[in-house]
Amino acid sequence: MIVTSVAGASAATLDDVKAKGFVQCGVNAAGLQGFASPDDKGEWSGFDVDICRAVAAAVFADPTKVKFTPLTAKERFTALQSGEIDLLARNSTWTMSRDTQLGIVFTGVNYYDGQGFMAKKSLGVSSAKELSGASICVQSGTTTELNLADWFRANNLQFNPVVFEKQEEADAAYDSGRCDAYTTDASGLYSIRLKLANPDEHVVLPEIISKEPLGPAVRQGDDQWALIVKWALFAMVNAEELGVTQANVDELKASSANPEVKRLLGLDGDFGKSIGLAPEWAANVIKAVGNYGESFERNVGQGSPLKIARGLNDLWSKGGIQYAPPIR
Amino acid sequence: MTLRDTAPSPLPVRRSSGGSMLYDPTIRGIVFQILIVLALVLFGWWIVHNTIVNLRAANIASGFDFLQTRAGYDIAQKPIEYSIDDTHGDAFVIGLLNTLIVAALGIVFATILGFIIGIARLSPNWLLSKVAAVYVETFRNIPLLLQLLFWYKAVLSVLPGPRQGLVLPLGSNLSNRGLIIPRPIAGESFDVVLWALLAGIVAAYGIHRWARARQMATGQIFPSGIVGLAVIVVVTLVAYAATGGPLTLEYPELKGFNFVGGLVLKPEFMALLLGLTIYTAAFIAEVVRAGILAISWGQSEAAYALGLRPGRTMRLVIVPQAMRVIIPPLTSQYLNLTKNSSLAVAVGYPDLVAVFAGSTLNITGRAVEVIFITMSVYLIISLITAAFMNWFNSRVALIER
Repeated sequence: MIVTSVAGASAATLDDVKAKGFVQCGVNAAGLQGFASPDDKGEWSGFDVDICRAVAAAVFADPTKVKFTPLTAKERFTALQSGEIDLLARNSTWTMSRDTQLGIVFTGVNYYDGQGFMAKKSLGVSSAKELSGASICVQSGTTTELNLADWFRANNLQFNPVVFEKQEEADAAYDSGRCDAYTTDASGLYSIRLKLANPDEHVVLPEIISKEPLGPAVRQGDDQWALIVKWALFAMVNAEELGVTQANVDELKASSANPEVKRLLGLDGDFGKSIGLAPEWAANVIKAVGNYGESFERNVGQGSPLKIARGLNDLWSKGGIQYAPPIR
Repeated sequence: MTLRDTAPSPLPVRRSSGGSMLYDPTIRGIVFQILIVLALVLFGWWIVHNTIVNLRAANIASGFDFLQTRAGYDIAQKPIEYSIDDTHGDAFVIGLLNTLIVAALGIVFATILGFIIGIARLSPNWLLSKVAAVYVETFRNIPLLLQLLFWYKAVLSVLPGPRQGLVLPLGSNLSNRGLIIPRPIAGESFDVVLWALLAGIVAAYGIHRWARARQMATGQIFPSGIVGLAVIVVVTLVAYAATGGPLTLEYPELKGFNFVGGLVLKPEFMALLLGLTIYTAAFIAEVVRAGILAISWGQSEAAYALGLRPGRTMRLVIVPQAMRVIIPPLTSQYLNLTKNSSLAVAVGYPDLVAVFAGSTLNITGRAVEVIFITMSVYLIISLITAAFMNWFNSRVALIER
């Protein structure tokens, strides 16, 4: 008897992407301001969206060749496994089990985050350790749901979980007073606080109870595509280190004598060819979304309503831990 | 051939000149059925095999071993002991129990409310019947998910915080953390009271049997219902008093953010139960109305002619016949309610879908296995409900003479 198996998603993602003419990118369905949210014209923008645009720019030299698939926490990995999306950039925490058991692979960390708590100012709480007995809103199936249980256990505190599948539902329940506190990644807290009825009445507590390295992920089994996504992010970080910006990239391309800059911008060596892209792939990325620092400040930093400090996400040379292997 | 030796078939059998088995309709029928069953089995096997091969090829872990691993997340409503160190299998049981609790309570309340509204709609009282009609047409025609969200948001936005909660009698409190009532705690000799209650029920049943027998023999009617109820209440109360009142109440206390102690009916649970009950009751009301209207007016007239009063006519003549018509569609409504309880996920109630097909699925990534188990559970619950209702239907069905 002959039994054939229908192949799942095919391995050569780059060829597929080129054939269809766009990158299908999975982003946060809840519209996490600063990370991924559509404006009134349906144009997506944000820090995670910039990863999608950077990959599109690397492949097509055109950051608009992206289609976005909004995903809930529950849907995200299945969408990637099944081939519905080519790339997941949805503030997802890189953990060992996700990296090894889901058939996906994280390609880097675009935001070093940690889990925090937000509470109403009127409760007079100044530390998460004062939250014993509190009702806490959380999104289901996230690393935050697990950290929450572990942290309260470790600190001998009680809590009442109020768990929602969708982030919007959790936001609304917290806003209506159903919960005393809200927990998710600290970056998310700042973003969600902006959407509450009275943002000033809520305070983000100082404790960070976990490591949440957020980054893009792709399917396992397609090394070339994983390399493209990985190095698109590295190119952004390298560009910041080398002082290459959206504004000066063309000028540096014409005039720079720095060999590192020349390699980054495709004037020296054939780094683009080695991952199946044009020589100026990295220059296209920087032209499209700017370097890492520019993208950060524009979307979540001082140039945005979130005003998040660089902190851990500053370059290694400036006290942070963002560090990219060199292009050579 | 061998077939020619068998007894002649009562059906006209067409045989070819060769008389081969190939042309025998009975044999052919059996062969085709076997082939179809084989093809179905093969198809099922192919799907399973294909899934396993592809999951393996995509490097996705598969198998059911995750049920024994630590769950690590907490659940808001725990009918039995559960801690974050328990397994995903335990979390599954909690989710299943939560689903069964809300479905069972929903079925009971929806049936009571549905019968009241269905009979009210047939009432000669104009206002009553119109109110019932408006109820049915409103709640039947708005999607359940929207109703659930409405109840949840409505309940939440109206209720105050726990510190400003509405203080109700007996130390109860209603706030946006839910309805908190004192928890009864059974003392040492409380089982004596339970035994007394059981004895009361047995005695009431005995009175009922005796009253039936006496009515059959003499035609005299004895109010067995009220007397039986009185016996149960009196016996239980006497036992309760005799053992010195072994039931104490644990009153909820406001400590820190929330109430400690007492029984909590959370807003998520109340919204889901309210939504399911009100929605399904509208359908049950129509089923009941249809059942009663299906009994011809002549039945009532005949009963009145025999001197039965309207209430007794309804109870002894109309309803037993109407049940034949009511039960099969009522079963469908029960099944719908149970399945609709999976919308719990929208209002944050930790049912099977929210807990197992939500948190566990996401944490373990075993989407195929988790969804398969979840679907099987709903199928089994539904089949058991349907089997029970079919049995009940055969009990109440009219015995045709």
